[in-house]
Amino acid sequence: MAINKSNKSKFIYTILAWGISGLIFFPILWTLLTSFKTEAEAISASPSLFMFDWTLENYRDVLARSPYFDHFWNSVIISLGSSLLGLLIAIPAAWSMAFVQNKRTKNLLMWMLSTKMLPPVGVLIPIYMLFRDFDLLDTKIGLVIVMTLINLPIMVWMLYTYFREIPNEILEASRMDGANIIDEIFHVLLPIALPGIASTLLLNVILAWNEAFWSLILTAANAAPLTAFIASYSSPEGLFYAKLSAASAMAIVPILILGWFSQKQLVRGLSFGAVK
Amino acid sequence: MTMKLSAVAGCALLFSTSVLAETITIATVNNGDMITMQELSSDFTAKHPDISLKWVTLEENILRQRVTTDVATRGGQYDVMTIGTYEVPIWGKQGWLTELDKLGADYDMDDLLPAIRSGLTVDNKLFAAPFYGESSMVMYRKDLMQKAGLEMPTKPSWDFIRQAAKAMTDKEAGVYGICLRGKAGWGENVALITAMSNSFGARWFDENWQPQFDSKEWQATLEYYVELLEESGPPGVSANGFNENLALFQTGKCGIWIDATVAGAFVTNVKDSEVADKVGFALAPDNGLGKRGNWLWAWTLAVPKSSTKSDAAMKFISWATSKEYSALVAEKKGWAKVPPGTRASLYNNPEYIKAAPFAQITLESIQSADPINPTVKPVPYVGIQFVAIPEFQGIGTAVGQQFSAALTGQLTVKQALDSSQRLVERAMKKARYPKK
Repeated sequence: MAINKSNKSKFIYTILAWGISGLIFFPILWTLLTSFKTEAEAISASPSLFMFDWTLENYRDVLARSPYFDHFWNSVIISLGSSLLGLLIAIPAAWSMAFVQNKRTKNLLMWMLSTKMLPPVGVLIPIYMLFRDFDLLDTKIGLVIVMTLINLPIMVWMLYTYFREIPNEILEASRMDGANIIDEIFHVLLPIALPGIASTLLLNVILAWNEAFWSLILTAANAAPLTAFIASYSSPEGLFYAKLSAASAMAIVPILILGWFSQKQLVRGLSFGAVK
Repeated sequence: MTMKLSAVAGCALLFSTSVLAETITIATVNNGDMITMQELSSDFTAKHPDISLKWVTLEENILRQRVTTDVATRGGQYDVMTIGTYEVPIWGKQGWLTELDKLGADYDMDDLLPAIRSGLTVDNKLFAAPFYGESSMVMYRKDLMQKAGLEMPTKPSWDFIRQAAKAMTDKEAGVYGICLRGKAGWGENVALITAMSNSFGARWFDENWQPQFDSKEWQATLEYYVELLEESGPPGVSANGFNENLALFQTGKCGIWIDATVAGAFVTNVKDSEVADKVGFALAPDNGLGKRGNWLWAWTLAVPKSSTKSDAAMKFISWATSKEYSALVAEKKGWAKVPPGTRASLYNNPEYIKAAPFAQITLESIQSADPINPTVKPVPYVGIQFVAIPEFQGIGTAVGQQFSAALTGQLTVKQALDSSQRLVERAMKKARYPKK
């Protein structure tokens, strides 16, 4: 009887989970389907889910008009570069906050997070002028710096949370064995916190990949990532829905694949320390 | 020895060519005409092997944000910018643009339509060259009009439009008499309603920059707009912009659509439009006060002051806005695809007139638009569907939100106008108008 009840609730939860997942995934599915339609079918008043004349015309047009692979490569460099550079800064910062705390640590953490509450447009002009003066406009290195700065508070917070789960005694033992700070971080802390570091890296790659405000403002022809590529197919005066969908699909597929293969790592990292 | 010398000379030649070659960066919007320009630009590079082109194509609001930031901070990222008739007078006055004085002797400046050219000229200096121009007009379904027993005049009144829209509406069959912009935004519903308001005798400001939303003319404009769409508009009209209405019209859901003349080419295109052979055109409506409800807009090409390659940039602009470019588009894509609304010669071309059934109405609409004297009563500003002041993007969108709220019934017409009056008064006071 008890088993039946448990099976029933499991079944309901499974259906619910699939339903919610379907709801979340539907816009992506619709984008993918639209990318295979003609522009006329894309705006049809009675749209069809699968029964339409499938075409690759939009992909052909998009590839012919835009240097997709240049944008893709820029996205890879910017997202990966900023995440790795961010980790280099965030790991020692989080280590000191987790293991060498003082009375201002909590305030410092809150202050770091509060910078995320500032609307980016509020610092648009000063940042733009700094970029202009340092010749960083439309350069990948400029974008790497900005993305690193944007995501640094989240990286430090995430790593701080993971590091707090590691018993201080392990680090003390390594010190007693003669390890210096570098040894302690690289040979003791990092191997233990690897799942957390990996999920921080992955999450920041995704955040940097999807960032649109700064990457649209600070780039032109040379360093524009995939967000700029998508924006070039949107138009308030002219129907480009199918081409826009094809461009969006080409921009999100790489990150979807990355997310799919690393989902275990992401979930493990994000739920690390959530249950005690 | 000779071979070695030849190799050295070859290398030197290659090196010198690469040193001399100049790359200009062109920021442009995503629409059919601009894409064609990009496709055909190999003709320009073939004629100017010393200039290479880099393209930055963006959605127009993103482009506007990006180029405004760049031009205001003199960032120098772009050599050619695509900007609208709203920006040109403001930026020209600010000294952010280079005067286009090297377009070449054979450019034929006098061929540019005077209404368009005047909007791009500040202190007798041309700061941008028009790539394509547009006004607004009435597009209607001839078959539905016939079914309703009506005939669309070439110069309809707003009263007739209301009567015709009501007669054409068949909500059960999913056919709505009228489709108009309802989406909030200074370039969306505000463009349409401001142009409409001119024909109702309304104006944004009086001669002393006092907002006029508390006038009876504005009350009449907004009441008409809301009632018309309530009677004969499609559901969810407050979310509809150009594209949504285009989709509705092309799929046979609209009897009348009043919007940009550039739509003429889309709705008559047999590939995309289900009603391509049933579309008629008329001038934007009026109320017999001497002003029609049509607007004037042009996408233009300009050179920012921060560009260090202004000579090359002007060569490109000269090519892209020339009569020769029109002929090139006609040869490669057909006459119907030639960018409209900038040159008188295009409208004297019988081949174009034959290919574009909307050509004559477009020309008349553009010629009748007067951005310097846009309203029945005098105003201190330039612009028909906008007010060419830097503050307009902000206040225009805020007012558009009030109009949109009136359309959805969240506010009454009076509340929407009162609220618009208050917020524009506040913004103008803050910006210290009237400027000394």
